[in-house]
Amino acid sequence: MTTTYPSPRRAATLRARAVRFAEMATTPLLPADYLDLVAPLRSGAPLRGRIEEVVAETADAATIVIRPGADWAGHVPGQYVRIGVDVDGVRQWRAYSLTHGPRADGRISVTVKAVPDGKVSNHLVHRARPGTLVHLEQAAGDFVLPTEGGKFLFVTAGSGVTPVIGMLRNLFPVADSGAVRLARSEPYDIVVVHVAPSEPHSIFLANLRQLDGAGLIRLVARYDDQHGVLDVEDLADLVPDLSERTTFACGPAGLLDALQQHHDGRGLPLLTEQFRLTTLVTGEGGTVTFTAADTVVEASGDTPLLTAGEEAGVLMPSGCRMGICFGCVVPLREGTVRDLRSGDITTAVEGDGVNIQTCINAAAGDCRIDL
Amino acid sequence: MTVLQKKTESPVAHLTAEDIENLGRELDAIRAEVIADRGERDAAYIRRVIDVQRKLELGSRAVLLVSLFPPAWIAGTIGLSIAKILDNMEIGHNIMHGQWDWMRDPKIHSTTWEWDNVSPAAQWKHSHNELHHTYTNVVGKDNDLGYGIMRVDEDQRWHPFYLGQPVWNFINACFFEYGIAAYDLELGKNLRKSRRSRPEFKARYKQVLGKIRNQVTKDYVVHPLLSGPSFASTMSANFTANIVRNLWTHSVIMCGHFPNGVETFERRSIEGETRGEWYLRQMLGSANISGSKAMHLMTGNLSFQIEHHLYPDLPSNRYAEIAPRIQEIFERYGLTYTQGPLPKQVASAWAKIVRLSFPNGFFDQVAGAGAPVVAPVVSLVRRTADRAEPARPAA
Repeated sequence: MTTTYPSPRRAATLRARAVRFAEMATTPLLPADYLDLVAPLRSGAPLRGRIEEVVAETADAATIVIRPGADWAGHVPGQYVRIGVDVDGVRQWRAYSLTHGPRADGRISVTVKAVPDGKVSNHLVHRARPGTLVHLEQAAGDFVLPTEGGKFLFVTAGSGVTPVIGMLRNLFPVADSGAVRLARSEPYDIVVVHVAPSEPHSIFLANLRQLDGAGLIRLVARYDDQHGVLDVEDLADLVPDLSERTTFACGPAGLLDALQQHHDGRGLPLLTEQFRLTTLVTGEGGTVTFTAADTVVEASGDTPLLTAGEEAGVLMPSGCRMGICFGCVVPLREGTVRDLRSGDITTAVEGDGVNIQTCINAAAGDCRIDL
Repeated sequence: MTVLQKKTESPVAHLTAEDIENLGRELDAIRAEVIADRGERDAAYIRRVIDVQRKLELGSRAVLLVSLFPPAWIAGTIGLSIAKILDNMEIGHNIMHGQWDWMRDPKIHSTTWEWDNVSPAAQWKHSHNELHHTYTNVVGKDNDLGYGIMRVDEDQRWHPFYLGQPVWNFINACFFEYGIAAYDLELGKNLRKSRRSRPEFKARYKQVLGKIRNQVTKDYVVHPLLSGPSFASTMSANFTANIVRNLWTHSVIMCGHFPNGVETFERRSIEGETRGEWYLRQMLGSANISGSKAMHLMTGNLSFQIEHHLYPDLPSNRYAEIAPRIQEIFERYGLTYTQGPLPKQVASAWAKIVRLSFPNGFFDQVAGAGAPVVAPVVSLVRRTADRAEPARPAA
């Protein structure tokens, strides 16, 4: 007796036919829309996770333990994950660092500190309940410290300090009583060279100083107005054991290029991350970029984005032009817009894609629109 | 009904321009209040309705797999009819209005939603959201006034074609989803020789045919096939559910703008219309249906047609909550808040369709002539019309 197995190709065709038939039975919805009712974490579904535990760490910090969907591809500690949480009914996306290694139980966790006026952080710390579904993206980020420790130099410029602060907080959590020394952080020897035009009043800088004061890192702060613009050739003077360290640099392109040249010339290891200024400035009007149309316009604070786009020759979808029909809705990738009727501000950060009505929204800062 | 601008006694004559702008400001304030308060409760509401609808549809279709068994046919058909009505009204209509866009959930969004109806979402959004909601009840601009095949206003010119409109209307009611698709395609206009070969029309036409094919295949081929020996009875159950959905949605839609007491407007009257005047036109151009919570849900809260027309993009679950305040504004400004129970409003709309199938004043003439055969019909038509006329609140 012989047993025949369908060839892989035939199996694929059969599978495709079955899927097609299921789609014909559920149109205009997809079979997935019904499967989501019972198995939202299944393989093939958009990546989601279920909050399984909320562990209070301090009065204003909690660790959220999440069971990710079947398609979670894993992560390296230090990478971040973008999590979409519904806060007051509105989906908000935020990135959090994954501070732990892969766990035996397949779950992931993020530790969140509730910051004043932080919509999402406050929700997660104080209101998130086990059982809640959240939306996930795969872990991302190349700017990751090796787990085994070593000697490192961080060169940061301006807000380029942000990802570095993320890494340092993972290594040296700051409690109300001060910075905490963890066993897993022992093998790290870290120097931070922070560059800024002048001494800023930054919470991050205070953080760095605190770590420096506790002897956990060495901080070298250089302000252009006090010390003059940093010349990368001076790095060896600021950090005598430079040649023993792996450098992580984060800042504007100019600085990174100079460092690359400097390090290449000496054969020193360097990891860089270009950090764009994402602090959104809210004002009247701004530069609007229509990405697909490759058009950039200066829009005033009282001109609807629809009009601004049309005047620049962008093919804008439109409808009633009075905020009723939602025929003009397009994704705002990044930027801030103001509702001309109510003055309400809508903000999108990189990767968000908040849908906005262009006929009643005007630029309230620089904007990038997918059109 | 005659366009408001030609009436000898205008229902808005007592309002000054300033009154109208104040009215607009009051209505804007209510809108702002709802938007500020919009949140988790509303999101939970629409998700629950969607969840219930999907489970009801799945359950009904599962029961219909054995539709050869009569109780299964009855239960399945009732369930599927309700599921289709919920899909079209409370869910589809309202999501496509952008009422839930603020949730930023790409799955429940006006740009991505598609409904169980032969009219493709994109085309319906254009003709409904953009044309009907902008030009509400403006004769010659709002095609919802008679859908281009009926005469529903004295100011629409009579033509012998309209003698048959009670019949057209009934056929339209039974196959309403096809009526909507044809209407969204503007078939009347676009079938003219000069227009029908336009690529833009052809593309839309193909889109509709594709949608019809998908819908028909699902209801009349795939699910009957799955039912095996119950093939024919499942087919008849699905056909029945589609007809029930069509009759119901048609009735609800007729009640929104056709009953007595609803005003229509002259084309020129909306030139340079202010925000306050726009609100006023929506207030006078719509009628509500009174009834139970279940009835409101099944109409997709279009029973709060007035509130919906004032705020087409506010979440539908909020209309019932703001209705008393809207009614109070109507009273304070001496305006008529037209509403009535469903049977009365449907009768009123049908009476108008019968009355206007004849030339203006026709019934008065025959009644005057004392024609014995027509007289009872005339009085019936008149009575229903009178009954539907709402009591005017004291200004």
